[in-house]
Order: sequence, then structure tokens, then C-alpha cells
Amino acid sequence: MKNRLPAIIILLSGSLLAGIGLWRGEAGEILLKGIRICLECIGIG
Amino acid sequence: MEKRRIVQLTSTLLNNAYLKGFATLSIYQGKGKAVCVPVLNCYSCPGALGSCPVGSAQFMLASYKHQLSLYVFGILTMMGAASGRLACGWLCPFGLFQELLNTIPFRTRHLPSLLKWLKYPVLILTLLLPVIWINSAGIGEPYFCKYLCPAGTLEAGLPLGLGNSQLRSLLGALYYWKLTLLLLLIAASISYYRPFCRIICPLGAFYALFNRISLWRFEIDHARCTSCGICSNRCPMEIQVPGNPNDPECIRCMRCSTSCPSEAITFTRIPRLTPAFNEENLLKPWDSKI
Repeated sequence: MKNRLPAIIILLSGSLLAGIGLWRGEAGEILLKGIRICLECIGIG
Repeated sequence: MEKRRIVQLTSTLLNNAYLKGFATLSIYQGKGKAVCVPVLNCYSCPGALGSCPVGSAQFMLASYKHQLSLYVFGILTMMGAASGRLACGWLCPFGLFQELLNTIPFRTRHLPSLLKWLKYPVLILTLLLPVIWINSAGIGEPYFCKYLCPAGTLEAGLPLGLGNSQLRSLLGALYYWKLTLLLLLIAASISYYRPFCRIICPLGAFYALFNRISLWRFEIDHARCTSCGICSNRCPMEIQVPGNPNDPECIRCMRCSTSCPSEAITFTRIPRLTPAFNEENLLKPWDSKI
């Protein structure tokens, strides 16, 4: 179990980061970007 | 059909299940786009139901707030810490695209190992450039998506750029640059196994950082290993498996473990105890005999 500890700590840190991000409303900002056509992705700029 | 291919196809279909988008040459505008998927799948693909993590992270970094998206990095960190590059090998639609091209019968070539390091500077630049290369209003751009990403060209550029008359009228040098990159990648993918994933992909570079420490990873039972070399020969990512089963290049395709005749390689969460390497266990039988 000892050699799995870093992964478990990082996994929990990741979930904490994602939770903070959601709390900050980042999912809403990504939604606003995602529903518009990304001209950069297409190659228009 | 092998199990991994079925999972890859399912993931590709689920990620791009908005079929109406292909018919009307528009994109999905529902709440699903708030979800950041753990693979490279352009959010401007007409079928995309979720958002691309690379595009989303760059968008947040390029905005006037230059914010590192904890939401995106949290999701990617969880995925990486759980299984390293498993998402590359099992879920990524663009990885599947390259793999299918590689099934075209043609001379297979070995990728120079030095090239695999290039994806790390690409990752750093993908994150840094939107913050430091900004306009007079203090806003950057998603430079990776704009100048490099062939997934965007394939999934969004081709259907929308060519199919939508309004967008088609806007096409210029940048579009043809990206199209050239995509065509080069298609040609390279026929001879080389997943060249984009191995040389350029910033998402693959990020997941690679976790390969050696991820919760689920490969374990080799050295007591069973006969050093036959079949695992390394079968590895499409050209890894020397017995010495480094969790190499940052490993995409967890499982070919090494399924091809091992002595079943010495396992992808597991629980550490396997290898009695041959446990000094105490080695000594006990001798002690009892003495």
C-alpha cells in the first residue's frame, strides 16, 4: 500500500482541484466557450 | 475484434454522439459542453457532446484573467493519478484514428526515440503562450489549437470549414497550414504507430507524468519472467517492458500482458508480492530445512 500512497494523494488532490474549479464556476465558463464554434480550432483564427 | 478496439470505438461514438450536428453542420450547444472530457476531442466537432481539455485550459489561460483552470487540471490529474496514459490507449478518438491508419499495410518504421521528448516542451508552450503572448487588450489565444492541433482540423476544420458556406468563405492561409499538418500526420501514421501521441500531444505528455506512480499500473512478477522478450517485441510504443513496464510512453494497450506466455505482467491496483524478491520469504524455506 505504501508505494500507492503518492497516487492516492494526487488522486484526492485532483478531485479537490476539480471541486474548487466547479465552485469557482469554471464549468460555466467552459460551457460558454464550448457552445460557440472555435474558429482557431477550424483554422480560421 | 479485440476488447480495446471496441472500447475505443464506443468512446469515439459517445464523445461525438450529436449526429444532428453532422447533418446540419452546426455544433451541440447543450449543458454537456460544461463537461471536460479526458481525451483530445475537439469541442467544435459537430458531434462533440463535451469539451476538449486542451482547448478549455487554453481558453481559460488566454482570457483576460489568465486563470489556470482547476476544474480541467483536477479532472486530468485524477485521470492520470488513477491510470496514467490509459485514456490515450483506450478512450482517445484521435488515437484511434491514428491506429486505424496504421493498420494500412505498409512498411512499419521505428520512431527516433529522441522525438518523444518534444511533447513536453509542447505541453509547456501550450500552457505558457496564451499567458505571455497577448494582445494590447491583455488577451492571448489558444495557440496549440490555432496552429498545431490536427484533431481540430479533422473533427471541426474539415466538416465545418468545407461544409459550412459562411465559414468556407473565411478560409485562408492558416486553414491550409493546418490541413497540411493533418495530411502529413495521416501519411506519418501509416508508417509510424501513433506519431502525434508520441511526439506532439500535450495531453499525452501530461498523463505521461503519472505513468510510473499511477494507482493502476503494470507489475512484473520477476519470478515468472523468463526474459523471452516477447512483451517488448509486441509493444507498439517500442518500450523495453521488463526493465520499465510503466515507461512514460506506455498507453496501457495491454499487448505486453496479453502476449506474455508466463503471465508475468499484470495491470493491477493491488501490489503483487513476489516471493522470489522478498528476502524473508526466500530464507524461510532454507531455514526450515536447516
